[in-house]
Amino acid sequence: MTAAADRATADVITSAVAAERAGMVATLIRLTGDWDLAEDCVQDAIERALVRWPQEGMPRSPVGWLTTVARNRALDVLRRRRTERATLQQRAILDEIGSDGGQPAGGSDDRLRLIFTCCHPALALDSRVALTLKTVAGLSTGQIARAFLVSEPAMSQRLLRTKQKISHAAIPYRVPPDELLAERTDGVLAVLYLIFNAGYGQPEDHLAVEALRLARLLVDLMPEDDEARGLLALITFQMARRPTRFDARGDLAPMEEQDRSRWDAALIEQGVWQLRRAGRSGRRPGAYRLQARIAACHAMAATAAATDWDAIVTLYDALLAVQPSPVIALNRAIAVGFRNGYQGGLAELDALDTAALAGYYLLPAARADLLRRLGRGDEARQAYYAALCLTSDGQPEQRLLQRRLTELDFCQITPAE
Amino acid sequence: MRYMMFVVVDPAAAAEAEPSENDLTTDEWVADVDSRGKRIMGEVLRPVSDATTVRVSHGKVLVTDGPFTESKEWIAGFDILECDDLDEAIAIAARHPMANGGKLELRPFWTEED
Repeated sequence: MTAAADRATADVITSAVAAERAGMVATLIRLTGDWDLAEDCVQDAIERALVRWPQEGMPRSPVGWLTTVARNRALDVLRRRRTERATLQQRAILDEIGSDGGQPAGGSDDRLRLIFTCCHPALALDSRVALTLKTVAGLSTGQIARAFLVSEPAMSQRLLRTKQKISHAAIPYRVPPDELLAERTDGVLAVLYLIFNAGYGQPEDHLAVEALRLARLLVDLMPEDDEARGLLALITFQMARRPTRFDARGDLAPMEEQDRSRWDAALIEQGVWQLRRAGRSGRRPGAYRLQARIAACHAMAATAAATDWDAIVTLYDALLAVQPSPVIALNRAIAVGFRNGYQGGLAELDALDTAALAGYYLLPAARADLLRRLGRGDEARQAYYAALCLTSDGQPEQRLLQRRLTELDFCQITPAE
Repeated sequence: MRYMMFVVVDPAAAAEAEPSENDLTTDEWVADVDSRGKRIMGEVLRPVSDATTVRVSHGKVLVTDGPFTESKEWIAGFDILECDDLDEAIAIAARHPMANGGKLELRPFWTEED
């Protein structure tokens, strides 16, 4: 076989495997309670598939093949351990083989158990994010370490301690019962949105892609949860703007400067569909659905000038009612500036709880933006400098602020009368 | 699974306490948890002004007045819980009168299999 054909086969196998990986790991964790064993055995099965399938062809049921190999590997490892616990773990695997006759279904319940356990509130937030990326998304420790700017040994330690806490503190491996389901689902959505935002702010945004995948998986597993669907819609709309978020120099492009013809129309359509489907629940929209509707207003506007700011301000009012937050109040003030005129926006900014936003660059940046639009160049310059002081070197938002300052220096601005 | 539940007094949390009609008294909490067989034992401790800290340095026993930590928070009591899993222990801790206006810390016992 040629090298190109090898690569093509490897790609087919890799994507076939990626879709099934989390379910196989999740089931082995349920059977053995041993996270490392589950991950190692599934990894081992995948590596064997990468060697065998190109030579022998794809098996009729790839997931069946992988599951059988992973289970046999787990049985081998457990047999060698010769402990009472290992005997129980072997029996659990053998019982499972007996009940599904070696024809596993992929276990959607197990994947949901895995997600809820990774996002358990008794784990530190950083650890929830890392463990979700490792076991549900299937990222390597090195990839996660690089995404969060820590060394690989440090990330490896964090993952180890997290898995130990799950075991030592007896965090249950289950989908929470009804009385806990709503709050625990909120926790899962928060972790997914955090993963999304960690990726989306950067030109290298593979974490955002992972978050989109995870949100789709969650909606598949919990089709009646309207907030999960709201989060998926929100991420989908934001991903639709992905091709235009950074300009040719790799600098952040504000939404009004983005070429809307390059927004991904298929993704926008998917977002709209998800929102409509979420609306069928009949429940009052929660924070994610409301944010998704705001994102939809932007995504559906033919031009920046055609944006329905009236609807957006109303949605921010609703969002503030369900989730009071100074950052949401700031975004609402900016929207008011576009609806009522820039002067009105400045008045809204002045009315904000500035103590709660101290240190947040977007407050002076928003003020600078409104002052610039009002033609008040000197004041705008001062506000841009204030915002610059609150950003970190080399970050995309810092380069955007610097660009604005340069533009102010080059344009003669006549103060508005 | 056994958990040590430390009952922690926290002046900062006490200031933000929001009493509600559903709050249990300590006696009601104990009665509920005992009736379900979830509590091995529990005690209230005398305040930190009665505490003594002991350590040995260079072969000498050093005894000091007061608790082992310099903290505004202090342990006022403990319960040993026997629960199916952490979620059950969390639910029991959340109903304790000190959950509102104080804190509970859950620590799993170190079992032999680890």
